[in-house]
Amino acid sequence: MAALTWLLLVPVLAALLCALPLRSGRLAGRVTIIASLAEFLLAADVVRSVLRFGEIESLRGFLVADSLSAVIVLLVTFVALTAGLFSYGYILQHREAHDGARRVEAYFVLYNLFVASMLAAPLLAHLTLVWIAIELTTLMSAYLVAYVDTPEALEAAWKYVILTSAGAVIGLFGFLLLYWGTQTGGEVPFTWQGLLEGASRIPGAIVWLGFLLSLVGFGTKVGLVPLHTWLPDAHSQAPAPICALLSGIETTTVLYMLMRLFPVLEASHVANQSAWFCSVGLLSVAVAAFVLVRVHDYKRMFAASTVEHMGIIMVAVGLGGFPAHFAAIYQIAAHTLTKSLCFFAAGAVLLVTGTQEVAKVRGLMSRSPAAAMALLLGGLGIAGAPPFAVFISEFFIFRAAVLSKHYIVVGLLAVFVVMAFCAITFHITGMVFGPPGEFNGHDSPAVCNWAIAIAFVPVLILGFYLPPFLQSLFEGAARALGK
Amino acid sequence: MTVPGSVQTLVGWDALASALFLLVSLAIVATRQMLATLRLFVIQSLLLAVSATAIGIGTHSVHLLVVAGIVIATKVISVPWVLKITVGGEIYGRREIDQALTIPTSLILAAGLVFFGFFISERLFLTISVPEFTILNLPVGIACVLLGMFTVTVRREAIAQLMGLLVMENAVFFAGAAIASHLPTLAEIAAAVDLPIMTLVFGLLIRQIHRKLGTTRVGELSALGER
Repeated sequence: MAALTWLLLVPVLAALLCALPLRSGRLAGRVTIIASLAEFLLAADVVRSVLRFGEIESLRGFLVADSLSAVIVLLVTFVALTAGLFSYGYILQHREAHDGARRVEAYFVLYNLFVASMLAAPLLAHLTLVWIAIELTTLMSAYLVAYVDTPEALEAAWKYVILTSAGAVIGLFGFLLLYWGTQTGGEVPFTWQGLLEGASRIPGAIVWLGFLLSLVGFGTKVGLVPLHTWLPDAHSQAPAPICALLSGIETTTVLYMLMRLFPVLEASHVANQSAWFCSVGLLSVAVAAFVLVRVHDYKRMFAASTVEHMGIIMVAVGLGGFPAHFAAIYQIAAHTLTKSLCFFAAGAVLLVTGTQEVAKVRGLMSRSPAAAMALLLGGLGIAGAPPFAVFISEFFIFRAAVLSKHYIVVGLLAVFVVMAFCAITFHITGMVFGPPGEFNGHDSPAVCNWAIAIAFVPVLILGFYLPPFLQSLFEGAARALGK
Repeated sequence: MTVPGSVQTLVGWDALASALFLLVSLAIVATRQMLATLRLFVIQSLLLAVSATAIGIGTHSVHLLVVAGIVIATKVISVPWVLKITVGGEIYGRREIDQALTIPTSLILAAGLVFFGFFISERLFLTISVPEFTILNLPVGIACVLLGMFTVTVRREAIAQLMGLLVMENAVFFAGAAIASHLPTLAEIAAAVDLPIMTLVFGLLIRQIHRKLGTTRVGELSALGER
């Protein structure tokens, strides 16, 4: 399937085009949007082929895709498209005068490379190369996090690269141990499929140590508590469209690696993998819920909510069984789509108000209805209010947990999710309603509002209707999480 | 391929490299000079290349000889060079680095980490039988990953933290040379590209931090966080 190859080539070519010394940030922005659109269409084609053939490959098995990787690829390209549109307004119209065309060009070059690395991670077959793709996501986004060049942004960028790179090195150790296992345990290829097939023959101690190191290593990048400390910093200091990519999809792309290890552990019978996934997940949800209550910065609020949702997905994966895994996939899609919307809304609010402090933003509705509506819908959506996507996916998770009689997990999860819901809605309503404050900013450019509108469509639709092709795709992905 | 010397001699060379590798990692924890840290890292990378060569000849793995070449090209030559052009002599010249703990305290904790690394490997060796190279390299690798992490945690200076990260990566490769000696060439080439990019990104970020904040003591930055 040539679509897989093109999916990686298009963003790299776009990056090369943006790198041409034309001194025109506008051109680089347009190239990025066109490339993102092409990537989204290619991803749709990949989904179509995966639904027809189950698993597809390209470049003689060098690239592979099944339903689970297709879900990730589809989400990456959708967020890349909306964030590309938002960048066009946010970075170009807001910052070009301030930054100069060369920095804007550099932004779009790295934007495309960042997207390429996130597409490579779920598509590459050999796991050592997957690791390199994950490391590249950090390296390509480092400058994007530091883009606004304030002391805070630089501090955030430093914490981000040093901690997630250290995590990635530990994850590499885990991967090399697993590779060792595939060699000693019957010469299976070092791919997800090979690991799964060889899992029962690989010595249990190696699988176990390999998983633990991967959990610590990649858990750092996912933002699992207690390795999450860098995440609210980086995800709040980067420009809004980059936050949407970091929080919305980069975390999920790395979490995907841990999810792939779940059936491997299940097949090797080495430990109680469900208990591990559930307890790590619950700890993240709990800590994030408490952080959300006393958060003072609305971008940090959405970042903390990412930690919460990563925890929820871990729990859903850990519950095991098809209904819970289907809910986990639904939750991944719902979180990615809603979180990117939230950060676009946060970017629009920042343009209007010029501050990230929750307490200083009041009565946004009368000052800028567009930004206020975006914030309200995004905030309610991510908190889990009906009729939006996160409500349905969380409902599925609770239902699966009750059906499989995990009552303690349900109880704890419900307490923390409700706590997070109240915290987010409290902060959001305070910002949106009430007497207007004095703001010296301006409304966001029209193209940003378009990006917000496009991002909102699936958040709403997935709240009450799952199209049949997505239904089959999610079901296939859920089956990939079982052994 | 003709094997120069018996396998036992090669194990002896690898044992020497492992011991020195561990010592150099401890020295990186203990040293106070910025430039000395960089030099120790280069020595450590050379030891990694020695170990990879010994295992490569011992197990007839051409891949590991390629790895040894890549290690010398990237870690011994390109990393110090990239750091020099991005960060500049002014920043990583002859000066002292401070850290959160005193040197003696650090060394005691570091010794504990080394014991822990060997303990984990011994537990692993109880359950599976492994070749001699792995018995040497895996515990040293695990111990030095922990030492590198420790360096990242306690150092306040950006470049010293970066060195800790590079020590971690060296350590993973050191263990990997024994346990993953037949990785495809593609992975090696990719790793060869990855490391200079990593150094470049870190170097540019350190330069930007120095330009904006006038210091590279990243451990003291604390504008962010929950109030």
